[in-house]
Amino acid sequence: MTAEEATGKDNDVQATDVAQPTDDAQAIEEKTHAAKPIEEQAETDPQERSVPKPAFTDAEAGAKVFPDSTARTHNYFTPKKRKASHYEDVTVEVQPDPRHYLSQGWLYGFADGRGGYPLEWTAMKAWGVDRPEPERFPGSGGKGYDWPAHGWHEFRDPNEEWELTIYRYNANVVRQINQNIETARQAKAFEQWNPNWVTFVERHVGAWMHVEHGLGLYLFANAQRRAPTNMHNNAISVNSMHKLRFAQDLALYNLTLSEEIEDFDGAAHVATWNEDSAWQGVRRVAEQLTGIDDWAEAIFAANVVFEPLVGELFRSNLVQQASPGNGDFVTPTVVGAGELDYATRDLRYTKAMFDLLINDKEFADHNKQIIDQWLSVWVPRCITAARELQPLWSQPDSKPPRFEDGLDRAKSRFSGLLSELDLQQPKELTQ
Amino acid sequence: MSRQSVAKAHEKIQELAWEPLYHEPVSQYGTDYTFQKAKKRDPLKQVLRSYFPMEEEKDHRVYGAADGAIRGNMFRQVQERWLEWQKLFLSIIPLPEISAARAMPLLFRTVPNPELHNGQAIQMIDEVRHSTIQQNLKRLYMNNYIDPAGFNNSLRNFQNDYCGTIGRQFAEGFITGDAITAASVYLTVVAETAFTNVLFVAMPAEAAANGDYLLPTVFHSVQSDESRHISNGYATLLMALADEGNHQLLERDLRYAWWNNHRVVDAAIGTFIEYGTKDRRKDRESYAEMWRRWIYDDYYRSYLVPLEKYGLVIPHDLIEESWNQIWNKGYVHEVAQFFCTGWLANYWRMDPMTDKDFEWFEYKYPGWYDKYGAWWENYSRLSTPNGHHPIVFEDVQYQYPNRCWTCMVPCLVREDMVMAEVDGQTCTYCHEACRWTDVEAFRPTYQGRETPNMGQLIGKREWETLYHGWNWADVVSDMGYVRDDGKTLVAQPHLNLDPKKMWTLDHLRRCPPLQSPNVLLNEMSPDEQKAFHANYIRGGPAGRPAPADA
Repeated sequence: MTAEEATGKDNDVQATDVAQPTDDAQAIEEKTHAAKPIEEQAETDPQERSVPKPAFTDAEAGAKVFPDSTARTHNYFTPKKRKASHYEDVTVEVQPDPRHYLSQGWLYGFADGRGGYPLEWTAMKAWGVDRPEPERFPGSGGKGYDWPAHGWHEFRDPNEEWELTIYRYNANVVRQINQNIETARQAKAFEQWNPNWVTFVERHVGAWMHVEHGLGLYLFANAQRRAPTNMHNNAISVNSMHKLRFAQDLALYNLTLSEEIEDFDGAAHVATWNEDSAWQGVRRVAEQLTGIDDWAEAIFAANVVFEPLVGELFRSNLVQQASPGNGDFVTPTVVGAGELDYATRDLRYTKAMFDLLINDKEFADHNKQIIDQWLSVWVPRCITAARELQPLWSQPDSKPPRFEDGLDRAKSRFSGLLSELDLQQPKELTQ
Repeated sequence: MSRQSVAKAHEKIQELAWEPLYHEPVSQYGTDYTFQKAKKRDPLKQVLRSYFPMEEEKDHRVYGAADGAIRGNMFRQVQERWLEWQKLFLSIIPLPEISAARAMPLLFRTVPNPELHNGQAIQMIDEVRHSTIQQNLKRLYMNNYIDPAGFNNSLRNFQNDYCGTIGRQFAEGFITGDAITAASVYLTVVAETAFTNVLFVAMPAEAAANGDYLLPTVFHSVQSDESRHISNGYATLLMALADEGNHQLLERDLRYAWWNNHRVVDAAIGTFIEYGTKDRRKDRESYAEMWRRWIYDDYYRSYLVPLEKYGLVIPHDLIEESWNQIWNKGYVHEVAQFFCTGWLANYWRMDPMTDKDFEWFEYKYPGWYDKYGAWWENYSRLSTPNGHHPIVFEDVQYQYPNRCWTCMVPCLVREDMVMAEVDGQTCTYCHEACRWTDVEAFRPTYQGRETPNMGQLIGKREWETLYHGWNWADVVSDMGYVRDDGKTLVAQPHLNLDPKKMWTLDHLRRCPPLQSPNVLLNEMSPDEQKAFHANYIRGGPAGRPAPADA
C-alpha cells in the first residue's frame, strides 16, 4: 500500500474509527444539520476540531470473569500484617535484589565490578546474607531464593513514609512555624526578650542549624544510597529531609529576627560555629559522623548516640528550658518542631531498623558485638562534645536547670533507649 | 506563606554550608573528572519552607484527580490496548526514579560546591516522590482496571523480564561507575533534560487520547519537578567544562549517554506511543514527529548546540544517526515487532494491529506496510490458540535476533549488527556505537588515558542464556507469569479475556525448546561466526532472513 492510497482512504478510516456510542451521536448531529438550510449551516457550523474520540470500552474491574480477574493484591512480597499496607504497596521491592527476582543480576557496576547495593556496605548482617547469590549460567533458570531471602527485607518503616505522608507532614510543620513566628512578630513578642537571650539565640540557637544541615546532607542523604532495601533508603532519605528542613527553619527564623530585633547579628551564628570553643566539640563530632563509611553505623551513631546525648541535651535541656524564663515563647516552637521530627519519627524508624538486627535469628550476637564497638567509639566522643557545651548554660540571664542535671537526663534517656534495644550500657557513659 | 522574599530566604540558607575543620566527610564514589572549587549558585533557588507546601498542593491535585477518575468510572473508557503497555512502563519507571534519588550523593564529594548540594538534596526527595507516586498509580490501575494480571506481579516481572531488563539500564546507569558519568551526564544532562520530554510529556498526551487522564495527571506533576533537576545538571556541566582536562571525558560520556538513552527510551516509549494507541487521527503526531520536536529541536538544537561555544564536543553524528534509525531504519517498528514476537515471555497483553492501524502507519511512515504489514497480519491470524504455536515458532519470515550486549535491545536493524570478542566471549552489538560503549568507553583506559573510576558492564546480559534448552512452559512458570488458575498465561497476543481464547502452559509445553542465540554463537567456530555475521547483516527489514543466494 502506498502513502497515496492510505491518504485516499482517509475518509473511510475516520468513519470506521469511531466507536458505537459516538457513531450514534454523530448520526444525530448529522440529521440535525441536514434539516438546516445550507447558508445557515455555513454560518453556524464550526470546523470540526481534531480531537481524540472517547469510546466506551468497559475496561473497569469486575466487568468480566477470567483467570486473575479478582487478583488485586501484589503477589511478590509477604506483607507484614495480613493485608499489605499502602506504604508497602508503593515501597517494597522497588529496589531489586539478585537474591529474589533479579535473574540477570545487576547490569552496571563500579570500577571494581560491584553493582547495585552491596550488602558489605555495612558490618551489620541480617539472617540469610551469607548464602551466596543464586548462581546463574546457561540453562540455570532465573529462580532466586524465596522471598524475603534474607532478613534485611523484613524492615518496615513504622512511620510508613511515602510521598503523600512526607509532604503532608512537612508542609504542616512549616505552615505552623510560619504562623507562630508571624504571631510573635505581630505581637512584638521579641521585645520581651532579655538582651542576653537575644545574644544567646543569635549565636547558639543559630549555631545548631549547621549541625542539622551537615548531618542532613552528608550523613543521611549520603546513607540513602547505601542500604540494601528500598524500605531502609526511603526512611533514611525522609530523615535527611527532616534535618535539612529544620536547618532551614532555624536559618529563616534567624533572618526574621535580624529584621525584627535591632542589633540582632544575623551572621553571628557562623562565627560561633567557626570559632566559639564551646561549639568545637560538637563540630568535631558532627564532622566525624559525616566521615563514617558504614551506613548503618552512621545512622546508629547519629540517631541513637549523638541525638540523645548532644542534640536533645542542647535542644530540650537547654533551649527549651531556658526560653520561657527569658521571655521567649517563640524559639521553643521552632526548635520543638525539629525535636518532634527526631523523637517521634526519626528515632522510631531507627529503633525498628536496629531492633531487627539486634534480635536477628542468625546474627544477633555478631550485630551486638559490632554495635558495642560503635558505642565504645561514639559515646565518649559525644559525651566530650556535650561537656564542652557546658559554658552555654551560664549565659542566659534566667538560668535553665543545671548542666549536670540536663546531662543526667540526656544520659538517662540514652540508657533507656539502649534498654529498649536490649543493648548494654557502655562503661564510657559514666565518663 | 512567609513574608520574606524567596531571593532573600535563599540567600540566607547559603549560610548553612560549612567547610570541615577536623574531619572530611566520607568519600565513597570516584570520578576521573576534576573540579576546581568555584562559587556556583544553587540553580534551584528552592527553599524547603515553600517547597513542601508547593508539593503538597500538587499532591492535592493529583489525588483529587485520582478520586475523580474512580468516581467518574474512567476505566469504562480506557483503551485496553494502551493500559496493557502500562504494565511494562509502570513496572520499569519507579526504579529509575528512586535510583535518581540514590544517585545524588555520588555528587556530594565529587562536585566540591556546597551551593549545589542543596539542589541535589531536593532532587533526592523529589525522586522519592516520583517513585512512590508512580507506584501508587500502578496500584490504582491494579485495583480498578479490568485485568490486574501484570500489575499485581509487576515488580517481580520487571526484574526478570527481558524488556524490564532493558529498562533497568535507565536506573543502574545513574548509580554506578564514574560519579559524574552516572549522576550528572547520564542522569541529568541527557536522561532528564532530553528524554523525560517524551517520557513525561509526549506519552501522557497519548494516554489522555486513550481515555486515561490519570497518567497525564501524575506524570505532568512529576515533570514539573524535572525542570529543577535539569538546572542541577546544567550547573554541574558548566563546572566540568571549566576544566579542559574534562573535555575528553565529557565527549565520551555524552556519546555513551546519548546513544544508550536513544536505544532504551526510544525503544520503549516509541512502542507505547505508536503501537499502544487507538488514536489514529492522521493529524496526531507520530513518535518520530514528537521526537523531532521534543528531542531534536528542544534538546539538541536549543540546549546542547549552544554549549559548543564552551568547548563541549557534541555527538552530532550520533544524534543524526538516532534520527536515521527512527525515520529511515524503522527502529521503533522493529522493536514493537520484536516485543510482540516474544509476547509469551512478557506480562501484558499485546493487541494485534488492524487495517485502521495499518493505514495510519502507512500515512505516517510511507512504506511501512510493505515492510511490516504481512507480519502483523500473521500476528493477528496467530493470536488465539488454534492448533498452532505462538508466532515466534511459526514460519512468518522472521529470524529471531541476537541481543545487543550493551543496550540489551536485540540487534534489530540487521545491517548494523557488529560482533566483538570481549573477555573471552563473542558478543553481538546492535550498532557500532554500542560496541564502542562496551569495548572502548567502559574500560579503565580511554584513548590512552587512565580512567580508573569508569564503571563496568556486568551481569548475565543475554536473557535467553539462563533458559537455554528449557521448555517454554517451564520458562514462563519460572518467571511467574501465570494467572491464578495455575495455567493461563499473563501475557496474551490479543485482548480477548474469554478463557477459551487465552494461551496456557499446555500450549507452550508443545513448543520447541528455547535456544539462546549467544550460547549458540559461542558454540560456533570463528569461521562459522564470521559466516553467521555476514548472513545476519543481509537480513531485515522486519526480521526477514537474508535472501537465499541465487
